[in-house]
Amino acid sequence: MPLGFAPLFFGMSDIFPKWTNRLPVWLITGAVLVGGAAAAGVTYYFTNKYANVGYQPVQPVAFSHTIHAGQLGLDCRYCHNGVEKSWYSNVPAASTCMNCHNQVLKDDPKLTLVRNSYSNNVPIAWTQIHKTPDYVFFNHSVHVNRGVSCVHCHGRVDKMDEVRHEKPLSMSFCVDCHRNPAEKIRPPDQVYNLNWQAPPGFAQRDGAKFVHDWKVNASQNCSACHR
Amino acid sequence: MAPVVENKWATKGSTPKALEREPLVLNQRSLGWISDRVASIVEGPTPKWWWPAFLISASVAGMMFAMIGYLISTGVGVWGLNQPAGWAWDITNFVFWIGIGHAGTLISAILFLLRQKWRTSINRAAEAMTLFAVACAGIFPLVHVGRVWLAPIFLAPVPNGNGLWPQFRSPLLWDVFAVSTYGTVSLLFWYVGLIPDLATMRDRATSKVRKFAYGFFALGWTGSNRHWSNYEKAYLLLAGLSTPLVLSVHSIVSFDFAVSQVPGWHTTIFPPYFVAGAIFSGFGMVLTLMIPIRTLFGLEDLITVRHVDLMGKVVLATGSIVAYAYGMEFFIAWYGGNPNELYAFKNRAFGPYWWAYWSMISCNVICPQLFWFKTIRTNLVAVFIISIFVNIGMWFERFVIIVTSLHRDYLPSSWGYFSPTYVDILTFVGSFGLFCTLFLLFMRFLPMIAIAEVKGVTPQADPHHPLGGAKGGHH
Repeated sequence: MPLGFAPLFFGMSDIFPKWTNRLPVWLITGAVLVGGAAAAGVTYYFTNKYANVGYQPVQPVAFSHTIHAGQLGLDCRYCHNGVEKSWYSNVPAASTCMNCHNQVLKDDPKLTLVRNSYSNNVPIAWTQIHKTPDYVFFNHSVHVNRGVSCVHCHGRVDKMDEVRHEKPLSMSFCVDCHRNPAEKIRPPDQVYNLNWQAPPGFAQRDGAKFVHDWKVNASQNCSACHR
Repeated sequence: MAPVVENKWATKGSTPKALEREPLVLNQRSLGWISDRVASIVEGPTPKWWWPAFLISASVAGMMFAMIGYLISTGVGVWGLNQPAGWAWDITNFVFWIGIGHAGTLISAILFLLRQKWRTSINRAAEAMTLFAVACAGIFPLVHVGRVWLAPIFLAPVPNGNGLWPQFRSPLLWDVFAVSTYGTVSLLFWYVGLIPDLATMRDRATSKVRKFAYGFFALGWTGSNRHWSNYEKAYLLLAGLSTPLVLSVHSIVSFDFAVSQVPGWHTTIFPPYFVAGAIFSGFGMVLTLMIPIRTLFGLEDLITVRHVDLMGKVVLATGSIVAYAYGMEFFIAWYGGNPNELYAFKNRAFGPYWWAYWSMISCNVICPQLFWFKTIRTNLVAVFIISIFVNIGMWFERFVIIVTSLHRDYLPSSWGYFSPTYVDILTFVGSFGLFCTLFLLFMRFLPMIAIAEVKGVTPQADPHHPLGGAKGGHH
C-alpha cells in the first residue's frame, strides 16, 4: 500500500474500496500538474514574454528603413515630422515620398501604390505595428523633447528592412524608465541618432543633471497614463 | 424513564436551596436521543418545503451571477457608482456580510475559551453561517474592481509584465489578507469540529455513497482516546488562533475607511465600533436563522429559550456599544472643531440621506434596547422580529457611513447623490440567494448541531452529577 490514507483509514476497508488506495497518488500527481501549469502560465502569459515582440507584418509598400534611415541617413523627422509637436508620431503622406521619388526611381513598379496614392489622394493602408491600448495615453512629443530617443521603444529601425515590434512595450517597460529616467536619458541633439552610445558614467553624471535641469517629471502616478 | 433529580447541595430546613443552572438540554434527553434527533434531520426524507426553498434560493443566486456577468462584460458603470460616490452598495454589502460572519467566530472561539457551555448547540450552524457570509462578502470587493481578470495581480504578489505589485501600505490589501485568513481559519475550525460528527454520520449511514462521503471527510475517526486527545488539542489551538481574528478582521475592514481622509471616515473610534457592530449584526443573523430552524426541525430541547435569551443579551450589549459609538462620533465631530467633520455628521442626520440615518438609528439603537426586558428576550416572535430589524439596521449603518461621507466631501462643486441601479439591487438580493442556497445544503447534508459537544454539556456527561458517569442515572 503506497503512502497516504492507509494509516488514517485503518480498519475502514468495508467503507473504502480498493481503488481508493491510489487516490493519494492521483491527488499528488494532479496537484503537481495543476501547480506546474499555473506556474508556467503565469511565467509566460503574465510577463513580458507574452508581448508583441517579433510582430512583423508585410506592408503594402516594401519600404526599407535600412536604405532610407540607415544608408541615406535621413533624419527620422523628415517623414515623421509631427513627432516633436504632437502626441502622435505621424506616418507620412505619399507627398513626402514624392519629394524624392518624382525624380528617383520614378517609374519603379514597386512604387506604384505610392504614385497612385499621391495622384488619387488615397492614403496607403499601412499596417500599424506599435499600438498602445485605448486606456493608455502616450505622448511622443514630451518624450523626444526630453531626451528619450526613438530607439528605446522602437529599436534600431535604421537597421530594419521591414519594421518589426522590437520591445515589449508593456506597462513594466514604461514604468521601469519612469522610475529611473536618468538611466535612459540622452542629450537632446542625440535623440534621433539611433547609433548613439552613452559614454561610461553618463547616467550618473549627466543623466541625473539633465533630469534635474530639464525638470523631467517622469510621473509614476496612475493618472500619468490612465485618465 | 427519566429519573427524579435530587439536588445533593440542597439543605433541609429554612435555608434556601442553592440555585442550579437551567439545563442546556431540556427534558433530560439521553445521549442517544441527541444523536438520533440531529442525525435524523440529515438521514430522514427531504422535508416538503426544502425543494421549493432550495430552487427559489438557487435561482436568486443564479440571478446574482447573471448580474455579475453583465457587470464584468460591460463595466462597473452598470452600477449607480460615479463621482463623488465611488463606493456604495458594493462595499456596503461587503461590510454587511463580513460583519455577519463575526458571530460564528465569536461563538466558536471566544465563548469556547470562556467556557460558555451554551455555545455548543448553536456553534455549528453559526460557523456555517460565518463561512457562507464570508463567501457572499468576498464576491463584492472582487467584482467592484472592474477589470476582474487583473485581480490576481493586485491581490497577490505575482510577477507580471505590468510592473504592478500589491500596495502593502494600503488597508485595502490588508483587508484581502485579513478576510482570506479569516475564511481559512473559520473553515478549518468548522471542519475540525465536524470530524467526530462526520464519523457518527458515517457509522449510521446505510448507503454506500453516504458511507464513503462521510467516511472520507471523517479522516478515519474511531473515537479512540488518542483521537479525542488530539482533537481537543487541535480545537483549543484553533480557538486560540481564531480569537484575535474576531477582533482583527473587522478592525482592518474599518481601516478601509479610517485610514483615508474623508470626513466621516477618518475617526479613531472605527475599529472597536466596527467590531461591536459586526458581533451585533452576526448575532442578529444567528437569531434570524435559529428561531425558525429550531421549530422546523424539532430542536426545541437543544436550542432552548435560554439560548435565545443569552443571545439577546449579547445583542443588547453590542447594540449599546454601537449606540455609544454613534453618539461619540457626533460628540467628537463637535469637540474636534473640524468644520468639515462637523458638516459630514450634520449632513448624515439631516442631509439628503436623513432617511437612511434615522432607519439605522431606529433599528440599531432603539430596537435592541427592548432586550432589557426578559419577557421580550424570551418571546421568540419578538426576538425574531427584532433580529430582522438588527439585520436591516446594520446594512443601513454601512450604507450611511459609506455613501453619506462620500457624496459630499471637501469640494462642493462635485457634490452628488447616489441612487442604485437595478443591477445594484438585484446583485445584493442575489447574495441572499447564495447565502440561503449554501445554508439549505448545509442543513440537508451535515449535522447542524455539534452532536458530540452537546453531549458533553448534558448532566449525563458529568460523573459527579446524579445522572452522570458510571452510575447510569440511578443511585
